[in-house]
Amino acid sequence: MKLIAAMSGGVDSAVAAARAVEAGHDVIGVHLALAANPQKYRSGARGCCTIEDSHDARRAADVIGIPFYIWDMAEEFHDGVVEDFLAEYAAGRTPNPCLRCNEKIKFAAVLDRARAMGFDGVVTGHYARTQISEQGKTLHRAVDHSKDQSYVLSVLTVEQIEGAIFPLGDTTKVDIRKEAQSRGLAVAQKPDSHDICFVPSGDNAGWLRDRLGSEIGPIVDQDGTKIGEHKGAYTYTIGQRKGLGLTVPTADGSPRFVLKIEPVSNTVVVGAREDLAVTLMRGERPVWCGPAVTEIKARGFVQVRAHGAALACSYYFDGNVLVAELDEALLGLATGQAMVIYDGDRVVGSATICETE
Amino acid sequence: MSSVYVDHAATTPMVEPCFAAMSQQMRQLGNPSSLHTDGRATRKTLEDAREVLAKEIGALASEIIFTASGTEANNIALKGLYWAGRKQGRTVVVISAIEHHAILDPAQWLAEHEGAEIIQVPVNNAGVIDLDFLQTIVNERRNEIAVISIMHSNNETGVLQPIAEVVAIADTIPVHSDGVQSFKKTSLSFSDLGLYALTLSAHKVGGPLGIGALVLRRTVEIPALLHGGGQEREIRSGTLNAPAIVGFAAAASSDHYDTAKIENLRDAFIDGVKKTIPDATINGINSLRLPGIVNVTFPGTQSDTLLLLMDGQGVSCSTGSACSAGVHEASHVLISMGHSVESAQSSLRFSFGASSTQADVDYVVSVLPDVIARGRAANLS
Repeated sequence: MKLIAAMSGGVDSAVAAARAVEAGHDVIGVHLALAANPQKYRSGARGCCTIEDSHDARRAADVIGIPFYIWDMAEEFHDGVVEDFLAEYAAGRTPNPCLRCNEKIKFAAVLDRARAMGFDGVVTGHYARTQISEQGKTLHRAVDHSKDQSYVLSVLTVEQIEGAIFPLGDTTKVDIRKEAQSRGLAVAQKPDSHDICFVPSGDNAGWLRDRLGSEIGPIVDQDGTKIGEHKGAYTYTIGQRKGLGLTVPTADGSPRFVLKIEPVSNTVVVGAREDLAVTLMRGERPVWCGPAVTEIKARGFVQVRAHGAALACSYYFDGNVLVAELDEALLGLATGQAMVIYDGDRVVGSATICETE
Repeated sequence: MSSVYVDHAATTPMVEPCFAAMSQQMRQLGNPSSLHTDGRATRKTLEDAREVLAKEIGALASEIIFTASGTEANNIALKGLYWAGRKQGRTVVVISAIEHHAILDPAQWLAEHEGAEIIQVPVNNAGVIDLDFLQTIVNERRNEIAVISIMHSNNETGVLQPIAEVVAIADTIPVHSDGVQSFKKTSLSFSDLGLYALTLSAHKVGGPLGIGALVLRRTVEIPALLHGGGQEREIRSGTLNAPAIVGFAAAASSDHYDTAKIENLRDAFIDGVKKTIPDATINGINSLRLPGIVNVTFPGTQSDTLLLLMDGQGVSCSTGSACSAGVHEASHVLISMGHSVESAQSSLRFSFGASSTQADVDYVVSVLPDVIARGRAANLS
């Protein structure tokens, strides 16, 4: 196949590209320039779009022996990922920008462009697997569960999965680093990237405050009684306990947790730990990574964070929203997060959580 | 798959006389600044080369200052002439809107760090500078202008600039010209033009990378950028790169560049482009221009996509414009000529050189329809 390998400059995508070449594909390396004004250097594990990263990607492509280009996707990234991130926070939800990037950039803008140019698909260094079965090409968890990235890929449609190649899903990260070393790739020991790539300082709250302002508002208990003040509601997350700055203790001295963020009234609602408990979630804008979920209740697992636990549940699609009923209550769940349904290690589909009970 | 190189304006193959001269010189021991026999031997061949180069550019040997690149020569000229002028209270630097970054960026640096005021002379749709604008500026601010720097021909479009007229308008104001693309491609004489300074580069004329020259009138004194052993009139210190210098002279004095042949190839290519992609336009086509450069706008495409597709077909071409973090900037040259950002970003530069053939032209034309069709599809997705 003729493939585009998306190369971030990190070890995973470099080895993925090398493996695709070895598998006999005709591969071209592409680095996505996602920041309009990239920083020169990367500091530790933060960010992934510095000029240094693009040099690392180019060097890896040269060592592997494939052509290399840089594609400017800064505008698409800003409109589709950064703006969405801000809008979601402004609306009191907790978005996952990596998921949005896969949905709108890597497997949409890049894949579409690649296909129009005559390529068959896109290779990435994501830790996930695909399998061909009677259900078609399906998406599965990586063998290395600690690195599994199927959660952030759960927004891919069947058609996008068709064009996606994940050569690393059968290997652990430790072995990928060893392999990079033996292939002579200089990025073998480069630190993993964490955090949000477009917030290079790592200070998400500060970054949001700079863009959304920091309008002071009330912190209230469930009765609506004001018990404190916050500096920008969106800098809080559901289930947060620390940093609330509350001076009025509860009657029994038990800690308070953030239960709800109400952007319209700029209010943060706090309450007791047990009030965080969620046993049912509903998700809008579902995407099926294989056969569509129906109104018939099925058994499976739901995951609500990138590296969260898989929670046993029954799930169904009522024609409007994806519903998951948990076997055991979950504490602290924000709207805006993705609910991803698994059947064993197969990704069934995902939706954006809009309501919890 | 065929492999066709049509990026000769970026760099062009070294010619045989250059290889021969360089490999011989690389075996020659001796620092040209040393006073002993070995040093004098190196100095002798180096000065022979300087004289050859001076003759080729219509200058005195003493007017040649060797540098490590055209960029360095441009920096020495622009900053040096600015500093010299500033001593007399002149702080205006006049450049054209279509200069190479090796002039634009030092000019911007002078503005940010050294108190210069930069005035850019605009160009018309045909890519030629506005002489009336220049005349007006000179009339109004004659005593404030430290230096005028206008390139002899543009590296993206190949359009020649009216340097003789610029010098006439400038009168006593020092004029520098970046002659990197023009040298050996069109008639170019330092003394005939009456320039103060002119920039040359070896690797554009079949010489090696890493050597350039600033031709600077012998009576002009400017401050140095590099201080040290005092070589090159104390304007450019550093041990002279004798092998590269003799290679430069050998390439510059060889007759490998057949202007008529390359013009014919260029025109055949333009015909081929018009036949296969009827809505393509050739930038600067109505102007006097270099024999080898063709800049084409392919509406509805993105040049970085086209480059990838062309490369995939074995064709090495370019956008001609600068990169920022690996991303092609929209060409300031094409935008100055009236293009929108979008249209500027759908343009490619094809440049032919001494080794180009009709087969090269035919091959590039043959892959165009498929490349442009895919490029347009990718742009819509």
